[in-house]
Amino acid sequence: MGNASAMLTQYDIEEVQDHCNYLFSQQEIVALYSRFCQLDRTAKGFISSDEFLSIPEFSLNPLSQRLLKMVDGLNFKDFVAFLSAFSPQATTQQKIEFIFKVYDADGKGRVTFKDLLEVLRDLTGSFMSEEQREKVLGQVLEEAGYSRESTLYFEDFMKILSKAGLKMEVEVPVD
Amino acid sequence: MNQRVGTDSSPLRFAACESASIPLFATFIGARRRAPPARTHRQIGSQLVGRRILAAMGGLDSSSMETDLDRPNIEEYLTTETIREVPKKLHLSDLLDISPTLTEAAGAIVDDSFTRCFKSNSPEPWNWNIYLFPLWCLGVVVRYGILFPASFSWLVSLSNLISCMFCRVGVLALGWIVFFAAFLPVHFLIRGHDKWRRKIERKLVEMMCSVFVASWTGVIKYHGPRPSRRPQQVFVANHTSMIDFIILEQMTAFAVIMQKHPGWVGFIQKTILESVGCIWFNRTESKDREVVATKIREHTQGVDNNPLLIFPEGTCVNNHYTVMFKKGAFELGCAVCPVAIKYNKIFVDAFWNSKKQSFTTHLAQLMTSWAVVCDVWYLEPQYIRPGEIPIEFAERVRDMISVRAGLKKVPWDGYLKYFRPSPKLTERKQQIFAESVLKRLEEK
Repeated sequence: MGNASAMLTQYDIEEVQDHCNYLFSQQEIVALYSRFCQLDRTAKGFISSDEFLSIPEFSLNPLSQRLLKMVDGLNFKDFVAFLSAFSPQATTQQKIEFIFKVYDADGKGRVTFKDLLEVLRDLTGSFMSEEQREKVLGQVLEEAGYSRESTLYFEDFMKILSKAGLKMEVEVPVD
Repeated sequence: MNQRVGTDSSPLRFAACESASIPLFATFIGARRRAPPARTHRQIGSQLVGRRILAAMGGLDSSSMETDLDRPNIEEYLTTETIREVPKKLHLSDLLDISPTLTEAAGAIVDDSFTRCFKSNSPEPWNWNIYLFPLWCLGVVVRYGILFPASFSWLVSLSNLISCMFCRVGVLALGWIVFFAAFLPVHFLIRGHDKWRRKIERKLVEMMCSVFVASWTGVIKYHGPRPSRRPQQVFVANHTSMIDFIILEQMTAFAVIMQKHPGWVGFIQKTILESVGCIWFNRTESKDREVVATKIREHTQGVDNNPLLIFPEGTCVNNHYTVMFKKGAFELGCAVCPVAIKYNKIFVDAFWNSKKQSFTTHLAQLMTSWAVVCDVWYLEPQYIRPGEIPIEFAERVRDMISVRAGLKKVPWDGYLKYFRPSPKLTERKQQIFAESVLKRLEEK
């Protein structure tokens, strides 16, 4: 143990803090670094998918595969930036941005009916048929003033979700 | 819907566990990321649900998807104000809002209770000042240079042999020589008188373990009555390293259940430990379980067999936590005698991180530190209570051991170190979500 042999200098910490828009305190960044080193067992500088999947709690999350695509192979700076949406200091806009990115898997800036269906499929598995999913989505979209053919952009997500009272916070254990 | 998770309106009941508003999700593992001492009712409730599910999922062999879990009624942990059962109409924002799932995933990335069990803490550097550093250097010289010197020097002269008597490797080497000198003749020559042979072999193994313990300057305090040799009893202990077995064996010759290892350890397993009646298993073979279960049962019936020692965690844990106990040892219908082992970390960290070091390296590390200090408590034999199922019995015994040794309990199966969690757990979450969506859809 003790992979954190490459210690973080003050300069490194400040650089990381800047990159994540000061959403984590310096102590939290140090704690995240030791966690990063713990997960990155072979000290490659990034955490592979396999190493993420060895966290049982992560592995059994229905959205683990989508998140893996976003977080696989990130270096520490980007890893902290990825997690910054979950900081208690993050604004609702930043959280909604994160959610948008999860939906927008190909990064084109728009979410189609197909993307919504895919995420719903991840969340419900085999317990809802494809027709049921399409029906549900179609129904709620129409009620909200959209249709199956509409494309949702970030502004739409902002409109829909900003009243939802998002609770998306994670506590970084600082010893 | 399955009895276990609740019926009729309970998806939302569990969903309500997590926060005051009604998300569509029931999160099983709990919102808090640390292993906390003080928890709210909601969190206890959701953790209990998690434990129930995980306990029910248990081992990962195809044969072992148990469906026989009955835990104490979870409703007693949910206070009425947290249960708001009003299903509201479904909106687009509800479907789009995946924040609970994302929070769980991020929380698992940041800190999870499973990896914590296998973390060996690097010791704090205490020697970096002008006064302590020379002392530390002296200590290194003594530990590596005097306590641990190579055993080849005893070949040189008798006087060196005597000086090495005080040195660890020398002690160990001498011990092995004496052991084999006595063991081999006894094992091969005394064929007819089995009872005597086994008695002598038992004593020899005990002696060899004492030599091992002496070679690391083990200071071990035993509390409680010594185990007695009776049929229909099984000993269970928490597991930190293979030396647990040696420490316990020093006092009483146990028959232990061990993973088959390669190398010199495997050789010792085959030759010596078979004589005390040890049973081997192989984690990677799924059919292995039934074979081992049969062997265990036979062993406990036999009158003259050594008492059986089982480590129900199934893997080495870092002596701060206990992972879930496998129920195999608890469904034999005999007395279960718990043994709690706690190492004192000030002297050496006895946790054997089998992914990071081989057993030889681990032993060498032990032999080059000052001492191995630990406490062993033999606790009162437990019997399964009427109406209790083996998993509950296992949890009760785990409670006893954890309390006695000051360890925290974690609701994970130790085998997750080697295997991925069963997809059934993910499916459970999906099922809850799907059903609540469909239900809310019907609300007008």
